[in-house]
Amino acid sequence: MCLALPARVVELLDADTAIVDLAGVRQQVSIALVPEARVGDYVIVHVGHAIGMLDETEAQATLALFAELARGTA
Amino acid sequence: MKYVDEFRDGALARNLAHSLAAAVDPARTYSFMEFCGGHTHALARYGVVDLLPASVRMVHGPGCPVCVLPIGRIDLAIGLALERGVILCTYGDVMRVPASGGLSLLRARARGADIRMVYSPADALQLARTHPQRDVVFLAIGFETTTPPSALVLRQAAREGLKNFSVLCCHVLTPSAITHILESPEVAQYGTLALDGFVGPAHVSIVIGSAPYEPFASAWHKPVVISGFEPLDMMQSILMLVRQVNDGRAEVENQFTRAVNREGNRAAQAVMAEVFELRDSFEWRGLGEVAHSALKIRPAFAAFDAEQRYALQYRAVPDHKQCECGAILRGVRQPTDCKLFGTVCTPENPMGSCMVSSEGSCAAHYTYGRWRDIPVVAA
Repeated sequence: MCLALPARVVELLDADTAIVDLAGVRQQVSIALVPEARVGDYVIVHVGHAIGMLDETEAQATLALFAELARGTA
Repeated sequence: MKYVDEFRDGALARNLAHSLAAAVDPARTYSFMEFCGGHTHALARYGVVDLLPASVRMVHGPGCPVCVLPIGRIDLAIGLALERGVILCTYGDVMRVPASGGLSLLRARARGADIRMVYSPADALQLARTHPQRDVVFLAIGFETTTPPSALVLRQAAREGLKNFSVLCCHVLTPSAITHILESPEVAQYGTLALDGFVGPAHVSIVIGSAPYEPFASAWHKPVVISGFEPLDMMQSILMLVRQVNDGRAEVENQFTRAVNREGNRAAQAVMAEVFELRDSFEWRGLGEVAHSALKIRPAFAAFDAEQRYALQYRAVPDHKQCECGAILRGVRQPTDCKLFGTVCTPENPMGSCMVSSEGSCAAHYTYGRWRDIPVVAA
């Protein structure tokens, strides 16, 4: 039910609406809850609304940590 | 970066499993509750459970909104559709939840009720705009992830002055449910549940932030690790919980830093606070009445509150006598402990709510785990 998917903002239509790219599928979503979203940002989409932003730096840090944990060095 | 595939790497998962096996203290066992149904589903679907050391037990929590929606609330929605002739809109997950009299929303539709599945509450609002001669009711369910979109459409309906749109609000709150699990008197009835920590919800926490979980660490001394929904996220979070337990720490840690911070989404919190207020009490399927655990629509938006508009009277309805959903939602029983599991109760014909949503413990186990219960014997 809380299923939500990462999607990339490709076009801002107005203050509250954007087109996002969801693994190749373009879809119109509300960005009223993430007014800071800009073209190129990744947002998390749930029931037609972007509910949050994804931070690429933090995502890279988590991936790097997986690799370290997996090597047993962390 | 796709934010999906990178977090499902099988080789990394196996290596993480080795790290977990090395981290566990052989002298003890660990029980962690994953509160959220999304985590329950991911554990089963990706086989994460098979990668965990035998001493780590994952207990499924009540964080599946379809599963905790009581029969009486669905009866209200069915009544509106069958007797008041409204167009009733809701999410697809809700359609098959068993209600009173052998009905469900799907079966009520077969009897002629105008019940429609929507992807977004904005779709329900659009139906009201395009059908001005019909009353449209949106049955709104879900935790804090799903609440802000409902708040937005209520505010939009008020701005447009729509006369034919209302919301039957069944939104529930995550922190109150965790509190209830930790301190409810019914624990005596179902037996005690020793929990060593919680895997905190991913998308709920995007909205509310990590701060609301801090009392569980400080007052109850339970570690909480907020975790992403991908399999590697979950394995890392479980490792973080094991380390907290080993160190004797009880902290709120955030594994899902790419999307969650301490404060949460302020814009979403603001619109929720504008439209909704706390209910004194709300019935949860399986948990019973839980104080301050749900939201209702503020008086300023009363014209869009289906409960007021149609003077609805809530009536509690007990579950099937042999259904173990109550104990399963509290984590004190497993799906296979239930006599109905996999016999009369299946995803195609669910008796209890845990079998309805793919996030329910019973549905997840039926779909991905039931063959694991059968020992492999050479022919």
